[in-house]
Amino acid sequence: MSGLREGLRLWVAPKRVQEEGETPDYRFSLANERTFLAWVRTALALVGGGFAVDQFLPELRWGVRVSMALALLALGAMCALRAVNHWVRCERAMRRGEDLPVTRFPTVLSLVVGVVAVAMVVVVVFGWAG
Amino acid sequence: MSGQVGGPAVEPARDPGLQPERTRLAWRRTTLSATVVAVLAVKQAVHDGVTGVGLLGAALGALVWVGFLVVAHGRLRELDRARPLALSPRRAWLAVGCGVALAGFGVAVVW
Repeated sequence: MSGLREGLRLWVAPKRVQEEGETPDYRFSLANERTFLAWVRTALALVGGGFAVDQFLPELRWGVRVSMALALLALGAMCALRAVNHWVRCERAMRRGEDLPVTRFPTVLSLVVGVVAVAMVVVVVFGWAG
Repeated sequence: MSGQVGGPAVEPARDPGLQPERTRLAWRRTTLSATVVAVLAVKQAVHDGVTGVGLLGAALGALVWVGFLVVAHGRLRELDRARPLALSPRRAWLAVGCGVALAGFGVAVVW
């Protein structure tokens, strides 16, 4: 429970992160920033995939196309929000000299992307065969 | 906009890992990704013919893209020194906000 409250506090007042602990070597902060940017790019790629499904697969039935596109867009938004959350948590851990936070998110994301990809293959094959 | 020169932080120390440079390139890559998504978004908005709503949507998409460019450019300028400061949470939130805005825009158009 305190973890959740702590997380919310970070979201509401992220400035406080900069007042805690000691400033780490700038190189570590920059590495954390690049990881954050890589996650933002992943999020943007998912959002772009959502647009692409809607634009480049017009043969699909409306329901399938829209639900695929919405799933990808939602995943992209989630990925972006999680990127900034994870960045703040890593930054705070470095300032406090703690271990970096571990997360299941990469596994979940891989599984969801895999499921979406397989579903797309099935839908496209059947859509064009029928 | 006249560049922040001076200050003791601008000593040209050699960084063997080229960390600021790599971070600048990461921001550039991210800007490119955002550009691709923004182009797709604008294309989507005017997909069903150029209408008033479509043009408004396209303008909003372009606005989000410009917002991201401003955020990224500000950070690129900050990184242009030997020992740059860490990314500020405000800037991180702004960059992510642009991505989420594009996703929300997509949901509105697709729906």
